[in-house]
Amino acid sequence: MTGDRTADGDPPLSRYDQARYIENGEYEPLLSEKDLTRVEIGGGSDGGSGDGSNGSENDGDGGSPLPDDLTRDSLELPELSEPELARHYTRLSQMIYGIDSGPYPLGSCTMKYNPRFTEDVAALPSAAVHPDRSEESVQGTLELLYRLQDYLARIGGMDAVTLQPPAGAAGEFVGIRVAAAYHEHNGEGHRDEVIVPESAHGTNFATAALGGYDVVSLPSDDAGRVDLEALEAALSENTAALMLTNPNTLGLFERDITEIAEMVHDVGGLLYYDGANLNALLGRARPGDMGFDVMHYNVHKTFATPHGGGGPGAGPVGVVEELAPFLPAPRVREREERSNAGEGLYERFEPEHTIGKVHGFDGNWLVLIKAFAYIARLGDEGLADASASAVLNANYLAEGIEYDVPYGPFHHEFVASAGEQDAADVAKRMLDHGVHPPTTKWPEIVPEALMTEPTEVESKATLDRLAAAFNAVAGEDSETLETAPERTTARRIDQTSAARNPRLSWQALEDDS
Amino acid sequence: MHGSHATGSPYAPHTEEDRTAMLEAVGADTVEELFDIPADVRFDGRFEIDARTERETRRLVRSMLGRNDDLTELLGRGHYGYYVPSVVDHLADRSEFLTSYTQYQPEISQGFLQALFEYQSLLVELTGLEVANCSMYDAATALGEAATLADRVRDTSGHRVLVPDLLREERRSTLENYVAGTDLAVEAYPMDDGNVDLEGLEAVLDEDVVMCYAENPTVRGTIEENLTAVGEFADDTDALFVLGSDPVALSLLERPADVGADVVVGDASVLGLPTSYGMGLGLFATRKDYLRQVPGRLVGASEDATDRRAFTLTLQTREQHIRRERATSNICTNQAWVALRTAMHAAALGPTGLVDLANRGVTRAAALAERVDDLVGAKAPVHDRHHIREFVARVDQPARAVADDLERRGFAVHVVGDHEIQVCVAGVPDERLDRFVDVLAEVAR
Repeated sequence: MTGDRTADGDPPLSRYDQARYIENGEYEPLLSEKDLTRVEIGGGSDGGSGDGSNGSENDGDGGSPLPDDLTRDSLELPELSEPELARHYTRLSQMIYGIDSGPYPLGSCTMKYNPRFTEDVAALPSAAVHPDRSEESVQGTLELLYRLQDYLARIGGMDAVTLQPPAGAAGEFVGIRVAAAYHEHNGEGHRDEVIVPESAHGTNFATAALGGYDVVSLPSDDAGRVDLEALEAALSENTAALMLTNPNTLGLFERDITEIAEMVHDVGGLLYYDGANLNALLGRARPGDMGFDVMHYNVHKTFATPHGGGGPGAGPVGVVEELAPFLPAPRVREREERSNAGEGLYERFEPEHTIGKVHGFDGNWLVLIKAFAYIARLGDEGLADASASAVLNANYLAEGIEYDVPYGPFHHEFVASAGEQDAADVAKRMLDHGVHPPTTKWPEIVPEALMTEPTEVESKATLDRLAAAFNAVAGEDSETLETAPERTTARRIDQTSAARNPRLSWQALEDDS
Repeated sequence: MHGSHATGSPYAPHTEEDRTAMLEAVGADTVEELFDIPADVRFDGRFEIDARTERETRRLVRSMLGRNDDLTELLGRGHYGYYVPSVVDHLADRSEFLTSYTQYQPEISQGFLQALFEYQSLLVELTGLEVANCSMYDAATALGEAATLADRVRDTSGHRVLVPDLLREERRSTLENYVAGTDLAVEAYPMDDGNVDLEGLEAVLDEDVVMCYAENPTVRGTIEENLTAVGEFADDTDALFVLGSDPVALSLLERPADVGADVVVGDASVLGLPTSYGMGLGLFATRKDYLRQVPGRLVGASEDATDRRAFTLTLQTREQHIRRERATSNICTNQAWVALRTAMHAAALGPTGLVDLANRGVTRAAALAERVDDLVGAKAPVHDRHHIREFVARVDQPARAVADDLERRGFAVHVVGDHEIQVCVAGVPDERLDRFVDVLAEVAR
């Protein structure tokens, strides 16, 4: 194993030294540098409406059946053969690190291995249906959605679930909109503040602001948890909601959660659960039992969907009964009658006081299939075991690294401090050890934070290798760190010039030269 | 080795020996000790969800989805079932693409960053606008983001957002949720025979309008004929002109930059995804002037320490993880892998293939409309316009009954009025269209 060579301070070859594709010192060229072709469009005279005879089909000259004034003049894009296409994307894929490449302990992102059979079930031809199909013709889709709603409700301890939000932040937005609609409905429309702990995900702040709320930031106490005195001071008759994740982003369980819930409810506010850290709780505690009124599930994190370079995910939202009438339409329910074959029949319905839609259709269906399949595969024992292993792994790794790890005990993630070192540099240096580094510089509560979440899928041997990577870097001087990485596809990339002189397309590169 | 677990996660790798050693290292006797959860909120683990083997799970999902009827879908209205070449599936499913995350460490993410840079470039060519982000969720959410952008960048204040009277209700509803936290209000302007009613639009435009939205093609499949005038009207009141479209239509129809569009939104998953129950890919492109107000992720070119070209996420100070409540959007996880598929599909078609695909949408829709018009009990297209991909047909019988009859005989169409159905040719093979005409001839009579 390459990690063995780190002992003498000489970084091992990263897996990218074998995988990357460089020819004559250049990486895989842009498509535009291969073969741009300009197709002239137009020439379609006055092609009348309803006349299918004019124009050309498949002749490749771009000649259009439309009159010139309705079309563009030309289109200029790369024209590649299929083999060229295959090589281009294969080479690009070789310049990417994924969870299938190695450990990916990116705190709060829950980068865990995703079983492949879920890809197969999502690719079933019977899954490929148009969203405007009649209910009668998509009973399979509706049944799966209904059963997933039910699974998620049980897992979260919630009364009702909508599957519509296409990502976690979109789920947060539904939660905030539902809270607003609920307060408005009760004549409490004056509530204009949402409280968010300092350590919360950035999406919480942005979502509350998008929902039109003033954001009240809540400091942590010395133990890294919600400061109850500060919470007391922040709460008022203007509080619409408190957004909280538990365990929090430091990996700590908010042990005062029952008291926190009472305090929020006492002033008439709602308690929102950010499901980003739910992987740590499966089978041990449920947001509904803790007093949360509304929550989102990051099904791509807690359950399974490959993260696909940044999505798609899905962010279903669960609520307690009082909030169910406000959920986005449609939801799915079982009908009273059954089919001739005795199967359940399903229909969509619009909750009484629905906030409407937050997606053009019903959300990220293919992701929802994978989440359903994953939950159905694991069942009670598997879900509980996933959390057990995630928590064991986090604590074991925290114990094995030489960086200072304040606070504790930890659930699925922990935040170490790089101390005198720059956390971003530590991350770059870890790349030379063939592993993905943790999340850096956040949460800001810990100086030079290294926020680490190994997830349940890493073996003891891999965790030992990860710890060795941390520890090899821990002793290194700033000069070495600042010039890292040296064993990756690209060396340290100049972020400042990218932002100062934005070149965001191949057209911009041409303009530049 | 671990796949045979009778209980427990088959993807959690510890052996009993490992577990014992790890517990010893952390100084605990059992894993349960590590859970720092007070007794009053402790849960007993019983969700009552049965575990299954992988094979059983596949059978379960297959049998459930098997309840979906196998219909020929002549459905569109913003979600299209174009054929996706096999090479796209195989390349996009390479595990490095599938199993990576947002490119926070660009030095080991160059391949994905380049693919997203190429996706942005595709949209720049299609729209003629200088800046495209590397994805939003779908057309409806991109429209919502366009409205909040308009609210931020417009010189003077105002509170009206204008949308076409003919617009998918879901898009309007999503937009209304996005602007619920602002003082913006959504209003409709009238349409005339499927397209923008210019006089009607002019009558409702004033200085209080921050954004004017139009679609090309429209939800009824018609091609707009006066977009330049719409752009000028919007410009006269300093409103942002936001245009909705998609990459296939954009390959052929007027270039948004040429008609004065300030923002282009729409669903890019028209390329790269088969019908997927509405799962989408929001496209978002705009002028360079608004660069620092753009929502979502941007990939930019830079250099590495050896002066070689390299790509990185850039201008992240707009984003929620840095700017928090002052971010341009709350989006974090987006649709990156779908964007990759779209770029791949576009590259597989090339400019010739893309223009052909769009042209065929025009000729095949026109040819089908003509054949439907020849039937007893049907008239098509309802709008005397140029169409792409889809059109509305009038039927003498109640539309709901016609659609139900068609469905019983294997075809799905939209019902868009008491006596109006809408049909779409995108992705439907010629022989199925032939059969459709035969069946419609019988049910429309």
